[in-house]
Amino acid sequence: MDFPEAISTYAADVDGLIILIAVLVGFWFFLAEGVFFLLLFKYRASANPRAGYYIGKEKEVKKWIQTSHILVLLCDVFIIVGAIRVWYDIKQDLPAADRTIRVVSQQWSWTFVHPGADGKLDTADDVTITDNLFVEEGVTYHFELTSKDVVHCFSVPAFRLKQDAVPGRTIKGWFKVLDGFAGKQYDIQCAEMCGIGHGVMSGKLKVHSKEQHAAWLAENGK
Amino acid sequence: MTDTAAISPHEAAHDHGPQGFASKYLFSTDHKVIAMQYLFTGMLMALVGGFFAYVFRMQLAYPGEPVPGFGVVSAGEYNALVTQHGTIMIFWVAMPVLIAAFGNFLIPLMIGCDDMVFPRINRLSFQIFFASAVVLMASWFVPGGAFGGAWTAYPPLSSAAEYSLTPLGSILWVLAVALEFVAFLLGGINFITTTMNSRAPGMKARDIPMIVWMIVIASIMFMLSVGPLVAGAFMLLFDQVVQSGFYDPRVGGDPLLWQHLFWFFGHPEVYVVLLPAMGVVAEVITTFSRKKLFAYDTVLYTAVATGVLSFFVWAHHQFVAGIDPRAANIFTVTTVLISIPIAELVFVFIATLFKGSISFTVPMLWGLAFIAEFLFGGVTGIFLGSSGSDIYLHDTYFVLSHFHYTFFPISIIAVFAGVTYWFPKMFGRHLSEGLGKVHFWLTIISFNVVFVPLMLLGLAGQHRRIFNYNQFDELMAPGMQTLRVVATIATIVMLLAQIIFLYNFFASIRKGRKAEMNPFKANTLEWTVPSPPPHGNFAELPTVYRGPYEFSSPGREEDYWVQSDPDS
Repeated sequence: MDFPEAISTYAADVDGLIILIAVLVGFWFFLAEGVFFLLLFKYRASANPRAGYYIGKEKEVKKWIQTSHILVLLCDVFIIVGAIRVWYDIKQDLPAADRTIRVVSQQWSWTFVHPGADGKLDTADDVTITDNLFVEEGVTYHFELTSKDVVHCFSVPAFRLKQDAVPGRTIKGWFKVLDGFAGKQYDIQCAEMCGIGHGVMSGKLKVHSKEQHAAWLAENGK
Repeated sequence: MTDTAAISPHEAAHDHGPQGFASKYLFSTDHKVIAMQYLFTGMLMALVGGFFAYVFRMQLAYPGEPVPGFGVVSAGEYNALVTQHGTIMIFWVAMPVLIAAFGNFLIPLMIGCDDMVFPRINRLSFQIFFASAVVLMASWFVPGGAFGGAWTAYPPLSSAAEYSLTPLGSILWVLAVALEFVAFLLGGINFITTTMNSRAPGMKARDIPMIVWMIVIASIMFMLSVGPLVAGAFMLLFDQVVQSGFYDPRVGGDPLLWQHLFWFFGHPEVYVVLLPAMGVVAEVITTFSRKKLFAYDTVLYTAVATGVLSFFVWAHHQFVAGIDPRAANIFTVTTVLISIPIAELVFVFIATLFKGSISFTVPMLWGLAFIAEFLFGGVTGIFLGSSGSDIYLHDTYFVLSHFHYTFFPISIIAVFAGVTYWFPKMFGRHLSEGLGKVHFWLTIISFNVVFVPLMLLGLAGQHRRIFNYNQFDELMAPGMQTLRVVATIATIVMLLAQIIFLYNFFASIRKGRKAEMNPFKANTLEWTVPSPPPHGNFAELPTVYRGPYEFSSPGREEDYWVQSDPDS
């Protein structure tokens, strides 16, 4: 089992963070489990009929816990710094947009409003399509996410992106597809329980090259 | 209550004389009987929750095919099954068994008194709890069926019938949860007050067994965190019934308000059940390694620190929920830092085993399994507490698997540790060790075979609460369906293994080997009364001379030293 394909500019950062955490906590996990099973074997009753007596203030035992304690804290600092850096890039610091799209969620479908050839929303050549999102590679998109009814969640695993859609709010975010994925298609999920049709609330992300997108707009824009 | 309280609530409430069947088993004010009522109700609800898990796992492994014992699962029924499974396992299994059953049975026995200080409030607590369970189960039989908006019940889905399509089920769900909270508030009052006021002479703060401390800290945390959610639950109820619109943006409400109230309770709730589970494990591993609990003070202070810190982490459930993204940074820091006290507790438990004399009895196996499995639940939480990786992992099966790696050790493994450890005290007979070991290994192995595959599915992007993945090309890779089938088969094995436990449990109550007063040679006061303890517990109320974990004390021939033993 593997991560899905990573097609957004920040997907590799998310994967890198997951791997960083896996290495750090994996080390502690295997160390603790190793010591645990070693102690279970070494101090089984048949090998050690009389137990020792420690109140928990003895230096020779306590030092192991205190050292581990400080090292865990150190690992936590690495994880926090890594987490916040990735978070900041994806959610807080939106780079200037080349284009803005609108994502409207409702029970149980997605509506995507694409700007037409003029690159602007709310003009006559907007292309509004249900359940299919067409994006051009190498272009920085902002999205404006809204919901018409309940809480939904706009999730694109290939982007490593997730954002809840909340009725009454317009939530902004961004993504940019790396070059080289034109012509491919990816899943869009609703990742928040939204009622009986939650399981069928899917969409498709279709990646265009510059030429494909221009041709698509010419055909579909009014 | 005020009148009788003035003249000694205890004597007024019951005189410890002989009783008829109804007053003894149905309307008893005896803490031990109430504990059994909670235990058996919890076990029954666990069977219901387990059956639901079987049905929805079968649907995921063989989508659309009729499930034996249930039939074809519709999308609405699937949602209701996962919702009710979560609600039941947390509020009607973990809470009643870990806090109410163990708290009621153990607190008076372990602190050396004859009953809770408010026995009739205690009885009322169970009666309300029982009513809440009936209300929850009734929701399956109303028009529209049971609520299916996930156990977190986010509005507007949960607040508006036109969205949930379960007009009555949603209302009954909120009512049941609100009643359940009232029941546990009443129980918590008793646990805290009894421990403060009724300890045996000589029992100072550091002589209190850790499980009692943990239940008291958990009860305080529950009382502090549940208030906002009870208010939130009533606002939800008003939204459902009279369209008040607290959570409806069309009339100026805010759906996120519920999420804050829910998780402000919901995260401390994790520690509300974790701490008593750790208390059970502390009792079991000290007894069966014949070791003093390593650093009693550290365990106590760390538990309190965890409790306090747990009030400042709730929004890690809401990183991508539409909160201000800057807030996520604060909650990442607090959440990742909670790994410090939790790691400390695990380290201290491991240190307790150092130079022990460990016998692998059935309760000890469960206690040790708690440490080994919970550790995995703990470390996988770091991926989710860290905001950057949570963007991808949120609402996937990674969360689900992480969650079960914490809650299964808490509400199943630690409960088995406790039930098998105190069974001789509860029923005066021993369980079969052989059957207990078969049950242990089958349960533990199948548990891991369920949740490791589900974790891998989560890493591959599989999102939660989907009744059929055929709409998602990326999730229909052949290897993924194989993993779903593996997890389902292991779920069935795990559930079937519980038949062994139930047989062992009920056969041993009737025909098990008779248990003496202190079969495991432990130190705490419950082992100084007959098994099972009589109504009123102690023939003569005990005096305490030392802490609860004086095992293998140097200079003593015996490797245990009962707390009330005057010999010094």
